[in-house]
Amino acid sequence: MNWDRLQEKLTLLADAAKYDVSCSSSGSNRTNETKGLGNSTGMGICHTYTEDGRCVSLLKILLTNHCIFDCLYCVSRKSNDIKRAAFTVDEVVELTLNFYRRNYIEGLFLSSGIFKDADYTMERLVRIAKKLREEHHFNGYIHLKTIPGASDGLMREAGLYADRLSVNIELPTKSGLKLLAPDKDHKEMLKPMGSIHNDILKFKDEIKLIKSTPKFAPAGQSSQMIIGATNETDLEIVKTSTFLYQKFNLKRVYFSGYVPVLEHSNLPVLGTPVPMVRENRLYQTDWLMRFYEFGPQEIVNDAYPNLDLEIDPKLAWALRNRGDFPVDVNKADYHMILRIPGVGVKSAKKMVAARRFGPLNMEKLKKLGIAMNRAKYFITCGNTGQTNFLDSPQLRGLILQSGRSKFRNNFSPQLSLF
Amino acid sequence: MTYLIYDGSFEGLLTAIFEVYALQLKEPRIRRKHQVAEQLFSQNLHISFDEEKANRVRKKLQDIIGAEGLNALWKAILSEIEGIEDIVLGVVAYALESQKNILRDFGHPDVIALQDVLKKIGRERHRMTAFVRFALGGDGVFYSGIEPDFDVLPLISGHFKKRYADQKWLIFDRRRQYGIYYDLQRVITVEVQESETSPHPAVLDLEWDPNENEFQKLWKNYFKATNISSRKNPKLHLQHVPRRYWKYLVEKGE
Repeated sequence: MNWDRLQEKLTLLADAAKYDVSCSSSGSNRTNETKGLGNSTGMGICHTYTEDGRCVSLLKILLTNHCIFDCLYCVSRKSNDIKRAAFTVDEVVELTLNFYRRNYIEGLFLSSGIFKDADYTMERLVRIAKKLREEHHFNGYIHLKTIPGASDGLMREAGLYADRLSVNIELPTKSGLKLLAPDKDHKEMLKPMGSIHNDILKFKDEIKLIKSTPKFAPAGQSSQMIIGATNETDLEIVKTSTFLYQKFNLKRVYFSGYVPVLEHSNLPVLGTPVPMVRENRLYQTDWLMRFYEFGPQEIVNDAYPNLDLEIDPKLAWALRNRGDFPVDVNKADYHMILRIPGVGVKSAKKMVAARRFGPLNMEKLKKLGIAMNRAKYFITCGNTGQTNFLDSPQLRGLILQSGRSKFRNNFSPQLSLF
Repeated sequence: MTYLIYDGSFEGLLTAIFEVYALQLKEPRIRRKHQVAEQLFSQNLHISFDEEKANRVRKKLQDIIGAEGLNALWKAILSEIEGIEDIVLGVVAYALESQKNILRDFGHPDVIALQDVLKKIGRERHRMTAFVRFALGGDGVFYSGIEPDFDVLPLISGHFKKRYADQKWLIFDRRRQYGIYYDLQRVITVEVQESETSPHPAVLDLEWDPNENEFQKLWKNYFKATNISSRKNPKLHLQHVPRRYWKYLVEKGE
């Protein structure tokens, strides 16, 4: 093996792949029954974290950064004057296996620029996944990004070897896509999501009747959009993600804060900071919808089309809906407990479990790990609790003052949520 | 005050708990052998493991808090935190008194303390499934050295056995001076005599596979290339990968 050349390729093709956000390695289930390599139990593992604080779970690379498309937001666009490289099928297979055996990674996230045409590229991605599964009995996690315009037959084959498939919607609005990615068509991008969704349903139905039916993308499909590259509102972003969740039953929609890579009149100027706080607020919104039983229009709507960057969206919602508070923590149902600012899913469950043994009081709540600096203004237990006569803007100011450091200095996309 | 001193095994602890009740001790404290110095004004009682006594406690507890509850108590003492036995004793007393499975009573101080320790152990266990780095020896065995905060080898052995079913591996706990070794059939506990002179802590004195160095270099390069420098966030990085783990992480090495 030519190690020096391989080192160079890995550097180039990891660098080009790093703007793909997903690092999920969870949600699949491949039991190692044949004494092969790897075992996926459904729980993801982050093996390390880069200096930007993002988790590294998968070997995330492009097969090649040659590309026939010219999308403005992408470093690999055709017109960009950069070094190009391509892995061979065997190189990717060897890298994946050797990294996995050393416990560096949970598996492979493979994407690619488009060289020649969509099918030619997709066929190679599929061949890599197939080789790992069939020749090497690899049960680790495989995420394949599908190539826009690849044939249905190849997509289906991809789903037979991959745990997750993804199609990136790229930008939250149709107009944004037209502006920045003239080669891509919004409708054409939704098509493969539909066919993957249908196949997932079909294989699930079949497996009920015929046990030997193979798994099809058992960790589902995901998508991602760049935020802050066009002047979209948070409402538009949430509308798009809600549409994707509902229409195609996606597992995740990821947000990627735009990193300026090119000087162009259609783009934010170079040096514009990456919108990491906004990204974080969008993920919090996503969490509220997926785990906290919130509807999208409760968080953003025509009256409030953008998220408040200084406070979390649940607190923002609570401040707009003071009539629903204070919540009596000993009587309220789980649904309402979830809505108290400062209470996470785990704490909410603990509260419901603990109060069966005796009433909760402020002292116990503090020990349960609830963020009382926010929660205390929104709860009562028995006859204790802070009645407050502050109006919402005043209360917002008060809470911000007590928690300032956390919101000011930490520009992170992956703060622990709530 | 009475100190009951046991050998650190779970059965030993159960025996000690039996004695607390049999002797109706006031203010009992249970400690491991090396954790107690002779103290003035207190009595030391050395407990030796007694199968019958341990089993009686085990059975009684199993009836009240179930096998899962017992397992939680076992896990808790893997933390080796001084005083953890007193928390376990407090939880046992509360269970016996109420005759209920009280492990989810998050309002009770001992239960909260126990759950807190379990959370820490769970986190350390999870970290070790993530931070173990194998290096391939010239003998075809994958080697790894770790220094976990708690004695988590018993908790990760199943994970690695299932995952790396087709390769021989050894994970060595350098702080506790023992390891687990998988020989393609089963996992066994091994004690290894380490050479004191080994220069780098992650390097056992071994001959490595000729390609090992290249793969470590590839991994380091990958780690660098996948970082987005305009998003630099050292605080978050350190929160996820605390400095004390760095010396065994290939990508954090020089």
